[in-house]
Amino acid sequence: MSQKKSRSRGGGGAAAPSGDDHDELARPPPLQAVLLADSFTLKFRPITLERPKVLLPLVHMPMIEYTLTWLESAGVDEAFVFCCAHSHQVKEYLERSGWAGKAGAGSMAVTAVESHDAISAGDALRVIYERGVIRGDFVLISGDTISNMSLKDALQEHMDRKKKDPLAVMTMIIKHSKPSILTHQTRLGNDEIVMAVDPETKELLYYEDRADNSHLYVTIDKDILTNNPTLQLHNDMEDCYIDICSPEVLSLFTDNFDYQHLRRHFVKGLLVDDIMGYKIYTHELRSGYAARIDNFRSYDTVSKDVIQRWTYPMVPDVISNRDCSESRLHRQGIYKASDVTLSYSAQIGANSVVGSATSIGDHCKVLNSVIGEGCKIGKNVLINGSYIWDNVIIEDGCKVSNSLVCDGVHLRAGAIVEPGCVLSFNVEVGKNVVVPAHSKVSLLPQPSNEDSDEELEYADTNSGITDSPPFSSMRSNGDQATVPSEDELGTSETGTCGVVGYIWTSGDTGILEEWRQSIAPIAKEKLEELQHAVCEDDASEDESNNPILPDKDGSSDSAVEDDDPFSKFEKEVEETFQRAMGGGVNRDNLILEINGLRLAYSLQHADCAGAVFYSVMKSALVAAQSTNDTLLKTTAEALGKWKDLLRNYTKTVDEEMEILLKFEEMCQETTKEFSPLFAKILPFLYDTEVVSEDAILRWAEEKEHADESDKIFVKQSEAFIQWLKEAEEEDDEEEE
Amino acid sequence: MDFQVVVLAGGTSETLSPLVSKDVPKALLPVANRPLLSYALDLLEASDLKDLIVVVEGQEAARLVGAWVSSAYLDRLRVEVVAVSEDLGSAGALRAISKRLTANDILVISGDLVTDVLPGAVAATHRRNGAAVTALLCSVPVSGPSDTASSSGKDKAKKPNRLNIVGLDKTKQFLLHIISGTDVEKDVRVHKRKIQAVGQMEIRSDLMDAHLYAFKRTILQDVLEQKESYRSIRLEVLPYLVRSQLRSAPSGGNGTTGDETGNSTVLSSGNLQCLSQHRVIAPSAFKQDVLSRSHGGHRCCAYIATKNKYCHRLNSMQSYCDINRDVIGEASHLSGYSFSAQNNIIHPSSVLGSKTTIGPHCILAEGSQLGDKCSVKRSVIGRHCRIGSNVKIVNSVVMNHVVIEDGCHIQGSVVCNNVQLQERAVLKDCQIGAGYIVTAGSEHKAESLARR
Repeated sequence: MSQKKSRSRGGGGAAAPSGDDHDELARPPPLQAVLLADSFTLKFRPITLERPKVLLPLVHMPMIEYTLTWLESAGVDEAFVFCCAHSHQVKEYLERSGWAGKAGAGSMAVTAVESHDAISAGDALRVIYERGVIRGDFVLISGDTISNMSLKDALQEHMDRKKKDPLAVMTMIIKHSKPSILTHQTRLGNDEIVMAVDPETKELLYYEDRADNSHLYVTIDKDILTNNPTLQLHNDMEDCYIDICSPEVLSLFTDNFDYQHLRRHFVKGLLVDDIMGYKIYTHELRSGYAARIDNFRSYDTVSKDVIQRWTYPMVPDVISNRDCSESRLHRQGIYKASDVTLSYSAQIGANSVVGSATSIGDHCKVLNSVIGEGCKIGKNVLINGSYIWDNVIIEDGCKVSNSLVCDGVHLRAGAIVEPGCVLSFNVEVGKNVVVPAHSKVSLLPQPSNEDSDEELEYADTNSGITDSPPFSSMRSNGDQATVPSEDELGTSETGTCGVVGYIWTSGDTGILEEWRQSIAPIAKEKLEELQHAVCEDDASEDESNNPILPDKDGSSDSAVEDDDPFSKFEKEVEETFQRAMGGGVNRDNLILEINGLRLAYSLQHADCAGAVFYSVMKSALVAAQSTNDTLLKTTAEALGKWKDLLRNYTKTVDEEMEILLKFEEMCQETTKEFSPLFAKILPFLYDTEVVSEDAILRWAEEKEHADESDKIFVKQSEAFIQWLKEAEEEDDEEEE
Repeated sequence: MDFQVVVLAGGTSETLSPLVSKDVPKALLPVANRPLLSYALDLLEASDLKDLIVVVEGQEAARLVGAWVSSAYLDRLRVEVVAVSEDLGSAGALRAISKRLTANDILVISGDLVTDVLPGAVAATHRRNGAAVTALLCSVPVSGPSDTASSSGKDKAKKPNRLNIVGLDKTKQFLLHIISGTDVEKDVRVHKRKIQAVGQMEIRSDLMDAHLYAFKRTILQDVLEQKESYRSIRLEVLPYLVRSQLRSAPSGGNGTTGDETGNSTVLSSGNLQCLSQHRVIAPSAFKQDVLSRSHGGHRCCAYIATKNKYCHRLNSMQSYCDINRDVIGEASHLSGYSFSAQNNIIHPSSVLGSKTTIGPHCILAEGSQLGDKCSVKRSVIGRHCRIGSNVKIVNSVVMNHVVIEDGCHIQGSVVCNNVQLQERAVLKDCQIGAGYIVTAGSEHKAESLARR
């Protein structure tokens, strides 16, 4: 391809601060950007097996072209393109299109950074850090982002904040977008996000995406509320995945090598773990466009936005990178290249794009669709809401609706592609074949070794093929509606019915979720179903909510959640203890180990007392065979043996209380065997000085107001308590 | 305005003993020499809300309040004083008088509210929004303005251990979530569907419920009738209404809520589908979702008092002292008196000895006498008190007919009617019940003394 056309630096001059108000620096550091040319997801498979996602055409132009153009216009001086999967293709593209190596004044220098073992955004940033190329604040963006926003305000905000507070490491661009109540996703097909933002400072306080959407409640940490009397809970914001970061972000990724996902790990990690008090802020985009193409639905939505010029100047007739054809905008949002061969009887509906050297036959209808270059479309073809890429041959009488058809696909006469299909490169569909809705067809077999780990990169093509089992087994995955023919082109050329290629079974997302992120609109029935579900939800919530106060049911729920780490802790203590029983560990080490566990689970000292006591009693129970007498005896032995250990944890009355409460709980729930012996063991605990009389009396006192069911054990040991009380009084009297 | 006002004047509150007794019900407790209830009643009068039902707990207390009201507000307000039995709780008291409510909207105000927020403004907001309930929310008082450096320091160290969590929509008009008195140690949980329905919710923990509500009568009566166990408006009735308001919101019954939220996929016809939805998203989705629903649902609104408004409830000893101090101090416009150039009020009929100083922020009511070399700072002294020489009164409230003999020191205390303080008695942070005699030379610190 020829050299790039000259680009105007729209807004660039304004964005680069004119260092006259800075005394310490003659020139501000260049604004850098890190562009991830790999989304580290599998959502665009099978297409991405053959071509990286950033090079997929969006209304005739590769997505990365939009991103780079925007970065340049936003005043970025230096961009690092991180490529991983298909890195050679990305690099080749950068060179071909003239981005790479261009370092003229007023233009953006683009450097490719290559790595082959990165499997996540976290890895990518670690690689960037190692290269040491980032010197100041930078824009972090993924190569599939379409935007025309001005970065100026957000950058200025970020800089000002940083001056005041060096801990403000990141500014996240968010945009208003209300998710649908029914589907819980935005129009881009992203899942809804709940975030809490301080309305004054715009600090991000809480971030939750769909990944852990299992519970019904948003839980906001108490500390957040005590520190911020006001906070705004948003469900109507969309994350644009454009971040302005300080260099600390890179070192944070390096320090925390388990961070993979930008949001799920990094943002959450910063917010929840409160590492070094680093803060993240948000910048709400009020004018301008920003969207990330994360799935097929957003591909569809963003394409339409581009056609409707929401992304101006990123629209087909303003920036077209192929010099040969100028596409021109006609009425009703129809873009047509000058050399389109269009039959008179063909009809192009509103909001459609037709690329150059494409011919469209008689009585065709093209509605809301994008047709690439060099396509041959026969007669009586109906194309509705679809994306046809380059050099596609569609024979007479085909019907394509709401589907994505890649380069070189051949649809033979009468083929019907139902909504939501994805036909990858060079697939052929035979005569009168119906490709059922939501199928994904590729010449490459579906790699079977992929697990549900969504952090996986696009496996590069070679490994995908070599690792896959023989074809025959793959074919059995095929949808029953069409029988995939042999993948030899020859067979299909003879006219056999079928599809050349493999029909992929839906991957980790599952068939149920298929409708969420496909190009096809959500079916009416589905919506009705969802609506119904919401109504039912309502009804059920009514019932559940009626008798109890919200904070009450809240407490019960949270108790369950809180218990979880504790029971784990208990289990570990028990295991440790059993090892000690076996004679492996001496007592001091045992205490050390238990303390270590306590710290690991960040629990109180008193919790330890309970857990250790539990383990001791458990050991007694194991030692005893069955009858109460032997149980009492073994318990006494065990307590005698481990009393020093227990005493180590019962330094305060509270901890002693904890033991009593634990004992009670055990008798009631886990180890009912002890319940008849409660009154007999209690004096023994007192004798071994594990619990003091203070604790016992306080325990009895506390239980006085409890329910009858709770009082069983107090009653059982009433005599003993009475005796203690009297003893105490006697003591008092003696003192007087 | 077609508003009926219910003033919940309480009875003889335990927490305020020994200040409150059989003879002095809470409503008549003097605050800056005016009965507490007069603050609420004057406020209502200023808002032209003149149809009142004053609910008092206990027959005897009701009689006393009734007598006072009929003498003080004759020709000014139409007041009906109703006695209800004690320990009903605020909702219970409302239930007891439910039959008397006839107007479309009911304004419920707690008799111990001292504020300059006009109830009329709350009522107007209620009407404008067509709400089922409108609650007045005010900033949580930072207990007592900082008079002395030490006390303010203490306040800061002692953070409130209970939080009121209030959820508002983005226009700050609608009440979406309310939990009173959550433990600070507990995380706050908000039902996701609430946020989903409104898109955006502001969570505030710096607001509190001021016990001033406007209710739609039918809804109030329904709730009181259906939920017989509810005793408190703040803790039960209001949260219930808030909780139930969004119940049928998401589905709405009209079937196409989806397109309001801008999801292209709902629109099935071809052209519409292509419309970029930016414009469709723009209008407040909440308004469409919730406000347009005329059937079944109701709206809960909030009237948020601005920070500079005074809004306190007199429900503890601490708040009694604070409010007294504020009413003669920085919130002096509430007292209804006009202050002198020295920022105090000395009734012309009072008599001061030589070298006696009355500092700013003091009130000295009619017929009181002070001996020589006395010093009074930031205190209220009631009617016909006789105060000897060399007496120091700081930060205190002295009610009517109190005798204070020479050399007494009173600091941070409340001295009720007819108390006698004999010579050189020293009181610090004490409450002295009516008619008590403090013996000569005794010293009391942080005690509550009352006649047995």
